Amino acid sequence: MPQIGSFTLLLGLALSVYAFAAGLFAIVRHDDRLSETARRAGIAVFLAVTAASGILVYAAFHNDFSVAYILHHSNRALPGAYKFAALWSGQEGSLLFWCWLLATYGLVLRMRHKADSQLVAHASLIMSGVQIFFLSLVNFAAHPFALVTGAIPADGNGLNPLLQYPEMVIHPPMLYLGYVGMTVPFCFALAALIMKYPGEKWIHITRRWTMVGWLFLTCGIFLGSYWAYRVLGWGGWWGWDPVENASLLPWLTGTAFLHSVMMQEKRGMMKVWNMWLIFSTFLLAIFGTFLTRSGVVSSVHAFAESDIGPYFVTFMALTFAVCAFFFVRNRAHLESEHKLESLISRESSFLFNNVLLLVAAFAVLWGTLFPVLSEWVTGHKVTVGPPFFNKVNIPIALFLLLLTALGPLLAWRRTSTESLRKNFAIPAAIALAAGVVLVVMGIKPWVDISYFYSLMTIMLSVLVAATIGSEFIRGGLVIARHNDSNVFHGMYLLTRRNTRRYGGYIVHLGVIVTMIGFAGVAFYQNTEQELGFGDKMGIGPYTLVCRSYTQDDKPNYSSEWAILDIYKGGKQITTMYPEQRFYKASGQPATIVANRSTIMEDLYLVYTGKNPENGRPIIKAHLNPLVWWIWAGAHLILVGTIIALVPNMQAKLKKPTAGAGQARAPAEAKAENRAAVETGGD
Amino acid sequence: MKIAREVFHRWAAGLLLASALLLMMGASGDPTGTGQRFDRLGHNLMCQCGCGQVLLECNHVGCSTSEQMRKEMKLAMARGDSDDVILAGFVGKYGPTVLSAPTTTGFNRVAWIMPVVIFLAALGAVVLVVRAWKNRTPKNPTNSGGTPVEELDEFRRRAREETAL
Repeated sequence: MPQIGSFTLLLGLALSVYAFAAGLFAIVRHDDRLSETARRAGIAVFLAVTAASGILVYAAFHNDFSVAYILHHSNRALPGAYKFAALWSGQEGSLLFWCWLLATYGLVLRMRHKADSQLVAHASLIMSGVQIFFLSLVNFAAHPFALVTGAIPADGNGLNPLLQYPEMVIHPPMLYLGYVGMTVPFCFALAALIMKYPGEKWIHITRRWTMVGWLFLTCGIFLGSYWAYRVLGWGGWWGWDPVENASLLPWLTGTAFLHSVMMQEKRGMMKVWNMWLIFSTFLLAIFGTFLTRSGVVSSVHAFAESDIGPYFVTFMALTFAVCAFFFVRNRAHLESEHKLESLISRESSFLFNNVLLLVAAFAVLWGTLFPVLSEWVTGHKVTVGPPFFNKVNIPIALFLLLLTALGPLLAWRRTSTESLRKNFAIPAAIALAAGVVLVVMGIKPWVDISYFYSLMTIMLSVLVAATIGSEFIRGGLVIARHNDSNVFHGMYLLTRRNTRRYGGYIVHLGVIVTMIGFAGVAFYQNTEQELGFGDKMGIGPYTLVCRSYTQDDKPNYSSEWAILDIYKGGKQITTMYPEQRFYKASGQPATIVANRSTIMEDLYLVYTGKNPENGRPIIKAHLNPLVWWIWAGAHLILVGTIIALVPNMQAKLKKPTAGAGQARAPAEAKAENRAAVETGGD
Repeated sequence: MKIAREVFHRWAAGLLLASALLLMMGASGDPTGTGQRFDRLGHNLMCQCGCGQVLLECNHVGCSTSEQMRKEMKLAMARGDSDDVILAGFVGKYGPTVLSAPTTTGFNRVAWIMPVVIFLAALGAVVLVVRAWKNRTPKNPTNSGGTPVEELDEFRRRAREETAL
C-alpha cells in the first residue's frame, strides 16, 4: 500500500504540473479545449490526493508500522478517532492533509467554472502553482509514505498525549480549512489583477470565499484556544505562543479585508489596498505554516524541527515577486472611482478600522519575530511573552471596540455631526451608566491597570451592544410599522433582507461577548494544596473537600485521579475528578482538567502530581471569571457569519387588497427604502 | 426639543460628576500586597523547564523547575529585595530569556518603540490619504464615456445582484 500511496502523490504532482502548464498555454493561445483539459487535470488532482490521504489513514487503521509516519504517530491501542487524526498530527501527514484540502477547494472552484470561465481559468492556474509547491514538498521533502529501514517494530510510538483529545480531532482541520481557504480569494484576486478584470464581480466571488476561509480560521482559533484551556492545564486560553500568533495574523488581515472590501463594492475605492490585503492574508497563512514547521521559533504547538523552512521562504519570496510584478504592471487598473467626501463617514471608519487591525497584525508579527531579530543583532535571545503582547494589543483592541460602536451610526459618504450626536447619545449614556454600576460593584480602575482595561472593555462592549441594538430596533420598527407586525418580526425580516449587514452585526455582538469574557481575566484567582482524605481547600465562594483519590489502568494509559466534592454556600453542588494520565506508548504524562463552567466563572481543577512521601494528590484550583462568555461569543460569531453568507431574501410585497393595491405597493417599497435610509444603508 | 436637549445635558453632566466622584472615592485596593506582588513578579518571569510558559502558568505535571523558581522568588521577597533586584537576580542566574518581556534598555527598546512608531506612521498615512482623496478629482477608468457616477453606482448594484454566487 505505501508504494501505491507514493505513486498517487507523484501522479497528483504530475497532474498539477499539467494543469498549470496546459492552463498557461491555453490562456496565452486562447485555446478553450486545452483550458478544459487543464481544468479536468485539476479535478483529477483531487482524486489522486484523496487516494493518497485514504491510503495513509488505511495504514494507520491497519497498524502498518512499515510506514515511518505511522510508526511515529500511532500505536495499536490508539482509539480509532485518534488514528484518523494521526493524518494531521505530524509534519508529513499534515502537509498531505493540506494538499488534500487545497485539492478539495480546487475541485469546488473548478466545478463552478461556469460562473466566469476565464476568471476561473486564471484562478485555477494560480491554484495549480500553489498545488505544485505543496505536492513537491510531500513528494520530495516530507514524504508521508517513507518506509522504515531495518526491522519493523511490533508497535508504534503512539500519538502525542496532548493531541489525544476530541478537540484536537476538530481543531487542526478547522484551522487548515481556514489557512488553505485563504488560497482561493488570493487566486481570484491575482487572476483579476492579471486579467485587468473589469468591474467588481471578482470581489463578490472573493468575498464569499474569504468569509468561508475566515469562518473556518475563526473556528480553528477558538477551538485551539478551547483545547489549550481544557488540555494544557495552565488555566488560560491564549498564551501568545508563536504558533497561536501565526494563526492570528491572517485572521487580522482577513478581517480587515472583509471590512474594506465593502468600500470597493459600494464606492469603487481602496482597490489597491484590498488587493494587497488579500495577498498579505495568503502570504501570512503560508508564513504561519512556515513558523509551525521550520523551527525558527520554539513553541509547544510546533511540529518537530525540520529542514523544509527554506522551501517555504523561497515559495513566499516567489509569490511576493509575482504579486508585485503584476501589481506594478497593471496598477492603473486599480484607480479609485470615488473620492472620500467626509471624515465622518462609513468609509473613514473602515479606513481607521483597517489601520488598527493592521497595526495589531504588525505588533503580533513583530513580537513573534523579535527574539530572532534580537539574537541576530545582539547575539542574545530575549523572550517576548504575554506581558508584551497584552501591553501593545489591549489598547488597540479598545480602539477597535470604539470604532465598532461608531461604525453602524455612520452613513456612507457623509454623516452630520448632529445626526451622529443624536444617535450616539443614548448608547453612550447606557455605557457610562454600566461603568458606574461596575465601579459601585467593586471594579476599581485605580487599583490596577488590568482593572482599568476590564472596565473599559465592558463599557465599550455595552456601547457596541447599545448601538447595534438601536440599529436592529429602529430598522425593525420601520418594517413592523408598514407590515402591521411586531418589532421582532420586523427585525427578523430586516436580517433576512440584508443578511450581510445584520449578520455582520451579530458577528460584532459575538466579538463583544468574547471581549467581556477576556475582561474577566483581571479577576482570576488560583491556589494549590496537597489534599488527604477529608481535607479542604477554599477558592472564591467554593470549598473543595477531598473524598478520595485512586488509580486506574487502561490499554492506552494508566491514570491517577482525585475525587473532590465541591461546596458553595455550605451546600454540595457537584463532584469533580481532576486526573493525570501516563500514556504507555509514548511514556509521556498528561493532565485531564476537571472544569465546572457557569456564566459567571469556571472552577478549573488540575491534578498537578502527588506527594511521593504519602501519595496524596496535589491539586491546583483556578477560578476563572467569565470564561463561558468567550465560548458563547464564538458561537455568536459563527451564527452571524453563517447568516451573512446566506443570500438576501427579496422583499415581498403584501397582496394588494381590492382598491388599495395600487397605493399599498409603493408604500411598502417606500417603507423598505426608509428602513434602509434610517439605518444607514448597507 | 430644546428643553429635552437641556434635560439630557443636565443628566449627562450629573452622570459624569457621579462617575468622577466614584472614581475619586478612597482607593481601597492593595496593589502592593504580597500576593499581588508575587503574582506580578511571577508573570514577569518565564519558567525555564522548556514549556515556554510564564512562570506561574507552567503546565508541566510535577514541574520541579517552576517549583524551585517560585521558592527562590518567595525567598527574595522575604529578604526584602526590590522588584528590580529580584528580576536582576533571576537574569543573572538563568540568562535574559527568563524575563517574559523585553526590558526597556539597549536594543530591547526597539521592541517597544516599533509598534508605536508604526501606529503613528499608519495614522499619519491615513490622514495624508484622506486629505489627498478629498482634494482629488476622482478618476474613473470606466467612466470615459461620460456616464454619470450615480448611473455607474446603479450598474454596480445591479451587477452585484445579478452575479451573486
